Amino acid sequence: MTVEFLRVSDLHAFYGESHILHGVDFTVNRGEVVTLLGRNGAGRTTTLKALLGLVGSRSGSVMINGREAIALPPHRIAHLGVGYCPEERGIYACLSAEENLLLAPPVGSGGLSLAELYAMFPNLAERREIQGTRLSGGEQQMLAVARILRTGARLLLLDEISEGLAPVIVQALARTIQALRERGYTIVMVEQNFRFAAPLADRFYVMEHGRIVEGFAAAQLPGKMAMLHEFLGV
Amino acid sequence: MTQLFGIPVAVILGQLMLGLVNGSFYAMLSLGLAVIFGLMRVVNFAHGAFYALGAFAALLGLQKLGIGYWPALVLAPLAVGALGILVERLLLRHLYQLDPLYGLLLTFGLALMVEGSLHQLFGSSGESYPVPAQLQGVFNLGFMILPIYRAWVILASIIVCFSTWFVIERTRLGATLRAATENAPLLQAFGVNVPLLVAATYGGGVALAALAGVLSAPVILVNSDMGSSLVVVVFAVVVIGGMGSILGSIVSGLALGMIEGLTKVAYPEASNIVVFVIMALVLILRPAGLFGRE
Ligand SMILES: Nc1ncnc2c1ncn2[C@@H]1O[C@H](COP(=O)(O)OP(=O)(O)OP(=O)(O)O)[C@@H](O)[C@H]1O
Ligand SMILES: [Mg+2]
Repeated sequence: MTVEFLRVSDLHAFYGESHILHGVDFTVNRGEVVTLLGRNGAGRTTTLKALLGLVGSRSGSVMINGREAIALPPHRIAHLGVGYCPEERGIYACLSAEENLLLAPPVGSGGLSLAELYAMFPNLAERREIQGTRLSGGEQQMLAVARILRTGARLLLLDEISEGLAPVIVQALARTIQALRERGYTIVMVEQNFRFAAPLADRFYVMEHGRIVEGFAAAQLPGKMAMLHEFLGV
Repeated sequence: MTQLFGIPVAVILGQLMLGLVNGSFYAMLSLGLAVIFGLMRVVNFAHGAFYALGAFAALLGLQKLGIGYWPALVLAPLAVGALGILVERLLLRHLYQLDPLYGLLLTFGLALMVEGSLHQLFGSSGESYPVPAQLQGVFNLGFMILPIYRAWVILASIIVCFSTWFVIERTRLGATLRAATENAPLLQAFGVNVPLLVAATYGGGVALAALAGVLSAPVILVNSDMGSSLVVVVFAVVVIGGMGSILGSIVSGLALGMIEGLTKVAYPEASNIVVFVIMALVLILRPAGLFGRE
Protein backbone atom coordinates (compact mmCIF):
# COMPACT_ATOMS: atom_id res chain seq x y z
CA MET A 1 0.00 0.00 0.00
CA THR A 2 1.42 3.42 -0.84
CA VAL A 3 1.27 6.02 1.87
CA GLU A 4 2.34 9.54 1.10
CA PHE A 5 5.17 10.64 3.42
CA LEU A 6 6.12 13.95 1.85
CA ARG A 7 3.95 16.25 -0.26
CA VAL A 8 5.43 19.50 -1.49
CA SER A 9 2.99 21.88 -3.19
CA ASP A 10 3.66 25.26 -4.79
CA LEU A 11 6.86 25.73 -2.80
CA HIS A 12 8.55 29.08 -3.31
CA ALA A 13 11.87 29.94 -1.72
CA PHE A 14 13.89 33.13 -1.48
CA TYR A 15 17.40 34.07 -0.43
CA GLY A 16 16.93 37.71 0.47
CA GLU A 17 15.63 39.30 -2.73
CA SER A 18 16.47 36.37 -5.02
CA HIS A 19 13.49 34.22 -5.85
CA ILE A 20 14.98 30.72 -6.32
CA LEU A 21 12.11 28.21 -6.22
CA HIS A 22 9.06 29.05 -8.33
CA GLY A 23 6.35 26.66 -7.20
CA VAL A 24 7.90 23.23 -6.69
CA ASP A 25 5.47 20.27 -6.56
CA PHE A 26 6.32 16.66 -5.84
CA THR A 27 5.42 13.76 -3.58
CA VAL A 28 7.37 10.95 -1.98
CA ASN A 29 5.72 7.79 -0.67
CA ARG A 30 6.74 5.96 2.46
CA GLY A 31 9.66 3.63 1.80
CA GLU A 32 10.44 5.15 -1.59
CA VAL A 33 13.78 6.35 -2.90
CA VAL A 34 13.24 9.45 -5.02
CA THR A 35 15.96 11.29 -6.89
CA LEU A 36 15.97 14.95 -7.85
CA LEU A 37 17.94 15.45 -11.03
CA GLY A 38 18.88 18.72 -12.67
CA ARG A 39 21.66 20.91 -13.92
CA ASN A 40 23.93 22.91 -11.67
CA GLY A 41 21.94 25.73 -10.19
CA ALA A 42 18.55 24.19 -11.01
CA GLY A 43 17.50 24.56 -7.36
CA ARG A 44 17.79 21.03 -5.97
CA THR A 45 19.84 21.97 -2.91
CA THR A 46 17.52 24.88 -2.35
CA THR A 47 14.55 22.50 -2.46
CA LEU A 48 16.01 20.35 0.34
CA LYS A 49 16.87 23.45 2.36
CA ALA A 50 13.42 24.89 1.82
CA LEU A 51 11.87 21.67 3.16
CA LEU A 52 13.86 22.22 6.35
CA GLY A 53 13.25 25.95 6.62
CA LEU A 54 16.91 26.78 5.97
CA VAL A 55 16.25 29.38 3.26
CA GLY A 56 15.66 33.09 3.78
CA SER A 57 11.90 32.74 3.41
CA ARG A 58 9.49 30.28 1.83
CA SER A 59 5.82 29.83 1.02
CA GLY A 60 3.53 27.08 -0.22
CA SER A 61 2.96 23.80 1.55
CA VAL A 62 5.25 21.08 2.88
CA MET A 63 3.35 18.14 4.36
CA ILE A 64 5.61 15.72 6.24
CA ASN A 65 3.99 12.59 7.60
CA GLY A 66 0.63 14.33 7.55
CA ARG A 67 1.81 17.51 9.29
CA GLU A 68 2.06 20.95 7.68
CA ALA A 69 5.65 22.13 8.15
CA ILE A 70 5.74 25.37 6.19
CA ALA A 71 5.42 27.58 9.28
CA LEU A 72 7.56 25.49 11.62
CA PRO A 73 11.14 26.44 12.62
CA PRO A 74 13.87 24.01 11.44
CA HIS A 75 14.26 22.20 14.76
CA ARG A 76 10.55 21.37 14.87
CA ILE A 77 10.67 20.09 11.29
CA ALA A 78 13.54 17.75 12.19
CA HIS A 79 11.36 16.30 14.94
CA LEU A 80 8.79 15.25 12.34
CA GLY A 81 11.36 12.55 11.59
CA VAL A 82 13.61 14.24 9.04
CA GLY A 83 17.36 13.71 8.69
CA TYR A 84 19.52 15.99 6.52
CA CYS A 85 22.85 15.32 4.90
CA PRO A 86 23.97 18.63 3.36
CA GLU A 87 25.88 19.02 0.12
CA GLU A 88 28.98 20.30 1.94
CA ARG A 89 28.60 17.40 4.41
CA GLY A 90 28.52 19.66 7.44
CA ILE A 91 31.10 17.82 9.52
CA TYR A 92 32.02 19.94 12.53
CA ALA A 93 35.70 20.78 12.87
CA CYS A 94 35.31 21.48 16.59
CA LEU A 95 34.08 17.94 17.26
CA SER A 96 35.68 14.52 17.04
CA ALA A 97 34.24 11.97 14.61
CA GLU A 98 32.28 10.33 17.42
CA GLU A 99 31.06 13.66 18.81
CA ASN A 100 29.81 14.45 15.31
CA LEU A 101 28.03 11.12 15.28
CA LEU A 102 26.39 11.79 18.63
CA LEU A 103 25.52 15.42 17.91
CA ALA A 104 22.02 15.21 16.46
CA PRO A 105 19.31 14.55 19.06
CA PRO A 106 16.80 11.71 18.55
CA VAL A 107 13.88 12.76 16.35
CA GLY A 108 12.09 9.43 16.30
CA SER A 109 12.25 5.90 17.64
CA GLY A 110 14.22 3.07 16.09
CA GLY A 111 17.46 4.93 15.37
CA LEU A 112 20.55 2.76 14.92
CA SER A 113 22.84 2.33 17.90
CA LEU A 114 26.47 3.40 17.86
CA ALA A 115 27.47 -0.29 17.67
CA GLU A 116 25.23 -0.89 14.64
CA LEU A 117 26.60 2.19 12.91
CA TYR A 118 30.19 1.16 13.56
CA ALA A 119 29.38 -2.29 12.18
CA MET A 120 27.95 -0.60 9.08
CA PHE A 121 30.87 1.85 8.71
CA PRO A 122 33.93 0.13 10.23
CA ASN A 123 36.26 2.99 9.19
CA LEU A 124 34.42 5.35 11.48
CA ALA A 125 34.98 3.06 14.46
CA GLU A 126 38.72 3.17 13.95
CA ARG A 127 38.74 6.94 13.55
CA ARG A 128 36.26 7.85 16.29
CA GLU A 129 38.70 10.03 18.26
CA ILE A 130 39.95 12.00 15.25
CA GLN A 131 38.80 15.54 14.59
CA GLY A 132 35.79 15.25 12.25
CA THR A 133 37.22 17.31 9.42
CA ARG A 134 40.48 15.33 9.40
CA LEU A 135 38.71 12.25 8.08
CA SER A 136 39.05 11.53 4.38
CA GLY A 137 36.30 12.81 2.08
CA GLY A 138 34.73 9.36 1.92
CA GLU A 139 34.83 8.92 5.69
CA GLN A 140 33.29 12.34 6.19
CA GLN A 141 30.47 11.40 3.84
CA MET A 142 29.88 8.14 5.71
CA LEU A 143 29.89 10.12 8.96
CA ALA A 144 27.36 12.58 7.57
CA VAL A 145 25.05 9.72 6.60
CA ALA A 146 25.64 7.71 9.78
CA ARG A 147 24.91 10.79 11.89
CA ILE A 148 21.30 10.97 10.75
CA LEU A 149 20.72 7.22 10.98
CA ARG A 150 21.31 7.42 14.73
CA THR A 151 18.43 9.83 15.26
CA GLY A 152 15.54 7.64 14.21
CA ALA A 153 14.73 9.92 11.27
CA ARG A 154 12.57 8.10 8.70
CA LEU A 155 12.81 10.65 5.89
CA LEU A 156 16.40 11.16 4.74
CA LEU A 157 17.34 14.16 2.60
CA LEU A 158 20.69 13.37 0.96
CA ASP A 159 22.40 16.06 -1.11
CA GLU A 160 25.01 14.80 -3.62
CA ILE A 161 26.46 12.16 -1.35
CA SER A 162 28.47 10.57 -4.16
CA GLU A 163 30.10 13.82 -5.23
CA GLY A 164 33.87 13.87 -5.45
CA LEU A 165 34.40 10.38 -4.04
CA ALA A 166 36.49 7.48 -5.31
CA PRO A 167 34.54 4.74 -7.18
CA VAL A 168 34.93 2.15 -4.40
CA ILE A 169 33.47 4.59 -1.88
CA VAL A 170 30.62 5.42 -4.24
CA GLN A 171 29.87 1.71 -4.53
CA ALA A 172 29.91 1.34 -0.76
CA LEU A 173 27.48 4.24 -0.47
CA ALA A 174 25.22 2.66 -3.08
CA ARG A 175 25.13 -0.53 -1.00
CA THR A 176 24.32 1.57 2.06
CA ILE A 177 21.39 3.25 0.30
CA GLN A 178 20.19 -0.15 -0.86
CA ALA A 179 20.34 -1.45 2.71
CA LEU A 180 18.47 1.58 4.02
CA ARG A 181 15.77 1.14 1.45
CA GLU A 182 15.36 -2.48 2.53
CA ARG A 183 14.92 -1.23 6.07
CA GLY A 184 12.05 0.92 4.88
CA TYR A 185 13.58 4.39 5.01
CA THR A 186 12.07 7.09 2.81
CA ILE A 187 14.85 8.82 0.89
CA VAL A 188 15.08 11.96 -1.22
CA MET A 189 18.41 12.09 -3.04
CA VAL A 190 19.79 15.00 -4.99
CA GLU A 191 22.26 13.59 -7.50
CA GLN A 192 24.46 14.85 -10.25
CA ASN A 193 25.89 11.35 -10.72
CA PHE A 194 23.16 9.73 -12.78
CA ARG A 195 24.89 6.32 -12.84
CA PHE A 196 24.89 6.28 -9.05
CA ALA A 197 21.26 7.29 -8.74
CA ALA A 198 19.73 5.31 -11.61
CA PRO A 199 19.81 1.79 -10.09
CA LEU A 200 18.77 3.03 -6.61
CA ALA A 201 15.76 5.22 -7.25
CA ASP A 202 12.10 4.20 -7.49
CA ARG A 203 11.17 7.49 -9.07
CA PHE A 204 12.86 10.53 -10.57
CA TYR A 205 12.05 14.21 -10.76
CA VAL A 206 13.85 16.63 -13.00
CA MET A 207 14.30 20.27 -11.94
CA GLU A 208 14.96 23.26 -14.11
CA HIS A 209 14.98 26.95 -13.09
CA GLY A 210 13.41 26.34 -9.72
CA ARG A 211 10.57 24.11 -10.94
CA ILE A 212 9.92 20.40 -11.36
CA VAL A 213 9.66 19.83 -15.12
CA GLU A 214 9.40 16.03 -15.26
CA GLY A 215 8.51 13.14 -13.00
CA PHE A 216 8.62 9.45 -13.84
CA ALA A 217 9.08 5.98 -12.34
CA ALA A 218 12.18 3.84 -12.68
CA ALA A 219 10.38 1.52 -15.11
CA GLN A 220 9.92 4.44 -17.53
CA LEU A 221 13.61 5.30 -17.44
CA PRO A 222 14.60 3.79 -20.83
CA GLY A 223 12.01 5.89 -22.64
CA LYS A 224 13.20 9.05 -20.82
CA MET A 225 16.87 8.83 -21.68
CA ALA A 226 16.62 11.20 -24.64
CA MET A 227 14.92 13.83 -22.49
CA LEU A 228 17.48 13.37 -19.69
CA HIS A 229 20.23 13.67 -22.21
CA GLU A 230 18.85 17.01 -23.28
CA PHE A 231 18.33 18.31 -19.73
CA LEU A 232 21.38 16.93 -18.02
CA GLY A 233 23.75 15.79 -20.70
CA VAL A 234 23.85 12.23 -19.32
CA MET B 1 65.61 39.92 53.54
CA THR B 2 65.83 38.18 50.15
CA GLN B 3 65.56 40.55 47.23
CA LEU B 4 64.97 40.30 43.51
CA PHE B 5 66.05 43.29 41.40
CA GLY B 6 66.22 45.27 44.61
CA ILE B 7 62.65 44.46 45.60
CA PRO B 8 61.94 42.23 48.61
CA VAL B 9 60.64 38.84 47.43
CA ALA B 10 57.91 38.99 50.06
CA VAL B 11 56.55 42.16 48.47
CA ILE B 12 56.60 40.56 45.03
CA LEU B 13 54.78 37.46 46.25
CA GLY B 14 52.26 39.59 48.08
CA GLN B 15 51.46 41.61 44.96
CA LEU B 16 51.28 38.44 42.89
CA MET B 17 48.69 37.11 45.31
CA LEU B 18 46.62 40.29 45.20
CA GLY B 19 47.00 40.30 41.43
CA LEU B 20 45.63 36.78 41.39
CA VAL B 21 42.53 37.98 43.26
CA ASN B 22 41.93 40.63 40.59
CA GLY B 23 42.76 38.07 37.92
CA SER B 24 40.05 35.80 39.36
CA PHE B 25 37.46 38.45 38.56
CA TYR B 26 38.96 39.10 35.13
CA ALA B 27 38.82 35.39 34.37
CA MET B 28 35.20 34.91 35.40
CA LEU B 29 34.04 37.98 33.52
CA SER B 30 36.06 37.39 30.37
CA LEU B 31 34.92 33.76 30.35
CA GLY B 32 31.27 34.82 30.11
CA LEU B 33 32.11 37.38 27.44
CA ALA B 34 34.03 34.78 25.45
CA VAL B 35 31.19 32.25 25.58
CA ILE B 36 28.64 34.86 24.53
CA PHE B 37 30.82 36.23 21.77
CA GLY B 38 31.71 32.76 20.51
CA LEU B 39 28.12 31.69 20.05
CA MET B 40 26.29 34.93 19.35
CA ARG B 41 28.96 37.23 17.87
CA VAL B 42 27.64 39.80 20.32
CA VAL B 43 30.20 41.98 22.06
CA ASN B 44 28.32 42.20 25.32
CA PHE B 45 29.04 45.67 26.61
CA ALA B 46 26.40 45.18 29.30
CA HIS B 47 28.62 42.61 31.02
CA GLY B 48 29.90 45.09 33.59
CA ALA B 49 26.35 46.21 34.34
CA PHE B 50 25.28 42.61 35.00
CA TYR B 51 28.32 42.23 37.27
CA ALA B 52 27.18 45.30 39.20
CA LEU B 53 23.62 43.98 39.30
CA GLY B 54 24.92 40.76 40.86
CA ALA B 55 26.59 42.73 43.65
CA PHE B 56 23.55 44.96 44.17
CA ALA B 57 21.24 41.94 44.21
CA ALA B 58 23.34 40.46 47.02
CA LEU B 59 23.41 43.77 48.88
CA LEU B 60 19.68 44.40 48.60
CA GLY B 61 18.92 40.78 49.37
CA LEU B 62 20.81 41.17 52.62
CA GLN B 63 19.43 44.58 53.55
CA LYS B 64 15.78 44.15 52.55
CA LEU B 65 15.14 40.42 52.73
CA GLY B 66 17.78 39.14 55.10
CA ILE B 67 19.20 36.78 52.48
CA GLY B 68 22.75 35.95 53.50
CA TYR B 69 25.93 35.58 51.47
CA TRP B 70 25.72 31.87 50.72
CA PRO B 71 22.17 31.81 49.36
CA ALA B 72 22.95 35.05 47.48
CA LEU B 73 25.82 33.29 45.75
CA VAL B 74 23.19 31.12 44.05
CA LEU B 75 20.12 33.37 43.96
CA ALA B 76 21.70 36.54 42.58
CA PRO B 77 23.20 34.84 39.50
CA LEU B 78 19.89 33.05 38.93
CA ALA B 79 17.93 36.30 39.07
CA VAL B 80 20.40 38.20 36.89
CA GLY B 81 20.65 35.26 34.48
CA ALA B 82 16.86 35.29 34.12
CA LEU B 83 17.04 39.00 33.38
CA GLY B 84 19.70 38.25 30.77
CA ILE B 85 17.41 35.70 29.09
CA LEU B 86 14.69 38.34 28.99
CA VAL B 87 17.08 40.83 27.38
CA GLU B 88 18.08 38.24 24.78
CA ARG B 89 14.51 37.22 23.96
CA LEU B 90 13.07 40.74 23.88
CA LEU B 91 15.92 42.75 22.39
CA LEU B 92 19.11 41.07 21.25
CA ARG B 93 17.55 38.37 19.09
CA HIS B 94 16.20 40.96 16.68
CA LEU B 95 19.73 42.03 15.83
CA TYR B 96 21.39 38.76 14.77
CA GLN B 97 20.66 39.36 11.09
CA LEU B 98 22.40 42.73 11.27
CA ASP B 99 26.01 43.81 11.60
CA PRO B 100 27.47 42.77 15.01
CA LEU B 101 27.97 46.46 15.69
CA TYR B 102 24.26 46.76 16.51
CA GLY B 103 24.54 44.21 19.31
CA LEU B 104 27.44 46.15 20.73
CA LEU B 105 25.50 49.42 20.59
CA LEU B 106 22.41 47.88 22.16
CA THR B 107 24.31 46.34 25.05
CA PHE B 108 26.29 49.54 25.51
CA GLY B 109 23.02 51.44 25.80
CA LEU B 110 21.71 48.87 28.26
CA ALA B 111 24.83 49.25 30.37
CA LEU B 112 24.35 53.03 30.51
CA MET B 113 20.71 52.60 31.50
CA VAL B 114 21.42 50.05 34.23
CA GLU B 115 24.34 51.99 35.66
CA GLY B 116 22.44 55.28 35.47
CA SER B 117 19.50 53.75 37.31
CA LEU B 118 21.74 52.25 40.00
CA HIS B 119 23.39 55.63 40.41
CA GLN B 120 20.02 57.34 40.67
CA LEU B 121 18.70 54.85 43.23
CA PHE B 122 21.75 54.30 45.40
CA GLY B 123 23.95 57.35 44.91
CA SER B 124 27.62 57.26 44.12
CA SER B 125 29.24 56.75 47.51
CA GLY B 126 28.96 52.98 47.51
CA GLU B 127 28.15 50.58 50.30
CA SER B 128 30.17 47.85 51.90
CA TYR B 129 29.01 44.26 52.13
CA PRO B 130 30.08 42.28 55.20
CA VAL B 131 32.49 39.40 54.82
CA PRO B 132 30.58 36.22 55.73
CA ALA B 133 31.37 34.93 59.22
CA GLN B 134 32.86 31.66 57.98
CA LEU B 135 35.44 33.49 55.85
CA GLN B 136 36.62 36.15 58.26
CA GLY B 137 40.18 36.21 59.48
CA VAL B 138 43.50 35.84 57.75
CA PHE B 139 46.08 33.30 56.66
CA ASN B 140 49.65 34.11 57.56
CA LEU B 141 51.59 32.92 54.54
CA GLY B 142 54.92 34.14 55.93
CA PHE B 143 55.51 36.54 53.07
CA MET B 144 52.13 38.17 53.50
CA ILE B 145 48.92 38.24 55.49
CA LEU B 146 46.20 36.97 53.17
CA PRO B 147 42.60 37.56 54.20
CA ILE B 148 40.75 34.25 54.06
CA TYR B 149 38.02 35.83 51.96
CA ARG B 150 40.48 36.72 49.21
CA ALA B 151 41.83 33.19 49.18
CA TRP B 152 38.20 32.03 48.80
CA VAL B 153 37.72 34.33 45.82
CA ILE B 154 40.68 32.73 44.06
CA LEU B 155 39.48 29.23 44.89
CA ALA B 156 35.87 29.92 43.89
CA SER B 157 36.92 31.51 40.62
CA ILE B 158 39.17 28.61 39.70
CA ILE B 159 36.39 26.13 40.50
CA VAL B 160 33.81 28.10 38.49
CA CYS B 161 36.12 28.65 35.52
CA PHE B 162 37.28 25.06 35.43
CA SER B 163 33.72 23.72 35.69
CA THR B 164 32.61 25.97 32.86
CA TRP B 165 35.56 24.86 30.76
CA PHE B 166 34.74 21.23 31.56
CA VAL B 167 31.08 21.57 30.58
CA ILE B 168 31.95 23.26 27.30
CA GLU B 169 34.90 21.09 26.25
CA ARG B 170 34.06 17.70 27.71
CA THR B 171 30.29 17.12 27.81
CA ARG B 172 27.55 16.41 25.28
CA LEU B 173 25.90 19.73 26.09
CA GLY B 174 29.22 21.46 25.49
CA ALA B 175 29.65 19.65 22.17
CA THR B 176 26.24 20.98 21.13
CA LEU B 177 27.27 24.48 22.18
CA ARG B 178 30.53 24.29 20.26
CA ALA B 179 28.71 22.96 17.21
CA ALA B 180 26.25 25.86 17.42
CA THR B 181 29.22 28.23 17.46
CA GLU B 182 30.56 26.64 14.28
CA ASN B 183 27.38 26.10 12.24
CA ALA B 184 24.10 26.91 13.97
CA PRO B 185 21.63 26.54 11.05
CA LEU B 186 22.71 22.95 10.39
CA LEU B 187 22.50 22.13 14.08
CA GLN B 188 18.97 23.47 14.12
CA ALA B 189 18.13 21.36 11.08
CA PHE B 190 19.23 18.35 13.16
CA GLY B 191 16.52 19.20 15.68
CA VAL B 192 18.38 21.25 18.29
CA ASN B 193 16.38 24.19 19.58
CA VAL B 194 19.09 26.71 18.77
CA PRO B 195 17.13 29.83 19.79
CA LEU B 196 16.67 28.31 23.25
CA LEU B 197 20.35 27.39 23.39
CA VAL B 198 21.33 30.94 22.51
CA ALA B 199 19.05 32.45 25.15
CA ALA B 200 20.34 30.02 27.78
CA THR B 201 23.93 30.77 26.84
CA TYR B 202 23.42 34.50 27.18
CA GLY B 203 21.69 33.91 30.50
CA GLY B 204 24.55 31.66 31.62
CA GLY B 205 27.28 34.12 30.60
CA VAL B 206 25.49 36.94 32.34
CA ALA B 207 24.93 34.79 35.44
CA LEU B 208 28.70 34.24 35.59
CA ALA B 209 29.16 38.01 35.63
CA ALA B 210 26.61 38.29 38.45
CA LEU B 211 28.40 35.56 40.39
CA ALA B 212 31.62 37.53 40.07
CA GLY B 213 29.66 40.54 41.31
CA VAL B 214 28.50 38.71 44.46
CA LEU B 215 32.01 37.42 45.11
CA SER B 216 33.40 40.91 44.78
CA ALA B 217 30.84 42.56 47.06
CA PRO B 218 32.78 41.96 50.32
CA VAL B 219 36.11 43.18 48.90
CA ILE B 220 35.03 46.38 47.19
CA LEU B 221 32.50 49.13 47.73
CA VAL B 222 29.32 48.10 45.95
CA ASN B 223 28.57 51.06 43.67
CA SER B 224 27.05 51.86 40.32
CA ASP B 225 30.39 52.32 38.56
CA MET B 226 31.98 49.07 39.72
CA GLY B 227 31.24 47.36 36.41
CA SER B 228 32.18 50.04 33.94
CA SER B 229 35.66 50.48 35.35
CA LEU B 230 36.30 46.75 35.33
CA VAL B 231 34.75 45.85 32.00
CA VAL B 232 37.25 47.87 29.99
CA VAL B 233 40.11 45.82 31.39
CA VAL B 234 38.12 42.63 30.88
CA PHE B 235 37.59 43.42 27.21
CA ALA B 236 41.34 43.82 26.86
CA VAL B 237 41.73 40.42 28.55
CA VAL B 238 39.33 38.83 26.06
CA VAL B 239 41.22 40.36 23.13
CA ILE B 240 44.53 39.12 24.54
CA GLY B 241 43.18 35.61 25.14
CA GLY B 242 41.53 35.46 21.74
CA MET B 243 37.90 36.44 21.14
CA GLY B 244 35.72 33.45 21.85
CA SER B 245 38.45 31.26 23.34
CA ILE B 246 37.37 29.66 26.63
CA LEU B 247 40.77 28.58 27.84
CA GLY B 248 42.33 31.79 26.56
CA SER B 249 40.03 33.96 28.62
CA ILE B 250 40.63 31.97 31.81
CA VAL B 251 44.40 31.81 31.49
CA SER B 252 44.86 35.39 30.36
CA GLY B 253 42.47 36.64 33.04
CA LEU B 254 44.51 35.07 35.83
CA ALA B 255 47.86 35.86 34.21
CA LEU B 256 47.07 39.51 33.52
CA GLY B 257 45.92 39.99 37.10
CA MET B 258 49.32 38.78 38.26
CA ILE B 259 51.20 40.84 35.69
CA GLU B 260 49.34 43.90 36.93
CA GLY B 261 50.36 42.98 40.47
CA LEU B 262 54.00 42.66 39.48
CA THR B 263 53.90 45.97 37.67
CA LYS B 264 52.65 47.57 40.87
CA VAL B 265 55.93 46.72 42.59
CA ALA B 266 58.25 47.18 39.64
CA TYR B 267 56.84 50.38 38.14
CA PRO B 268 53.63 51.44 39.88
CA GLU B 269 52.91 54.26 37.41
CA ALA B 270 52.32 51.68 34.66
CA SER B 271 50.09 49.29 36.59
CA ASN B 272 46.88 50.77 35.18
CA ILE B 273 47.99 50.58 31.59
CA VAL B 274 50.09 47.43 31.43
CA VAL B 275 47.12 45.33 30.30
CA PHE B 276 46.44 47.70 27.42
CA VAL B 277 50.08 47.78 26.39
CA ILE B 278 50.02 43.98 26.26
CA MET B 279 46.79 44.12 24.30
CA ALA B 280 48.37 46.44 21.75
CA LEU B 281 51.37 44.13 21.42
CA VAL B 282 49.17 41.06 21.01
CA LEU B 283 47.07 42.82 18.38
CA ILE B 284 50.18 43.68 16.41
CA LEU B 285 51.95 40.33 16.73
CA ARG B 286 49.07 37.86 16.90
CA PRO B 287 45.78 39.57 16.05
CA ALA B 288 43.65 36.48 16.79
CA GLY B 289 44.84 36.54 20.41
CA LEU B 290 47.14 34.18 22.28
CA PHE B 291 44.70 31.28 22.23
CA GLY B 292 42.58 32.29 19.25
CA ARG B 293 42.48 30.41 15.96
CA GLU B 294 44.14 32.40 13.20
N1 LIG C 1 22.67 31.52 -0.24
C1 LIG C 1 22.27 31.89 -1.48
N2 LIG C 1 21.99 33.18 -1.77
C2 LIG C 1 21.58 33.55 -3.00
N3 LIG C 1 21.43 32.70 -4.03
C3 LIG C 1 21.69 31.41 -3.81
C4 LIG C 1 22.12 30.93 -2.54
N4 LIG C 1 22.32 29.59 -2.63
C5 LIG C 1 22.01 29.26 -3.90
N5 LIG C 1 21.64 30.34 -4.62
C6 LIG C 1 21.22 30.35 -6.02
O1 LIG C 1 20.09 29.53 -6.14
C7 LIG C 1 20.11 28.82 -7.36
C8 LIG C 1 19.89 27.35 -7.08
O2 LIG C 1 20.98 26.85 -6.33
P1 LIG C 1 21.04 25.38 -5.76
O3 LIG C 1 22.23 25.31 -4.90
O4 LIG C 1 19.73 25.06 -5.17
O5 LIG C 1 21.27 24.54 -7.08
P2 LIG C 1 21.51 22.98 -7.24
O6 LIG C 1 20.45 22.48 -8.13
O7 LIG C 1 21.68 22.34 -5.94
O8 LIG C 1 22.86 22.95 -8.06
P3 LIG C 1 24.35 22.51 -7.67
O9 LIG C 1 24.36 21.92 -6.32
O10 LIG C 1 24.74 21.55 -8.73
O11 LIG C 1 25.12 23.78 -7.79
C9 LIG C 1 21.46 29.11 -8.01
O12 LIG C 1 21.25 30.04 -9.02
C10 LIG C 1 22.27 29.71 -6.92
O13 LIG C 1 23.14 30.68 -7.43
MG1 LIG D 1 23.23 21.51 -4.95
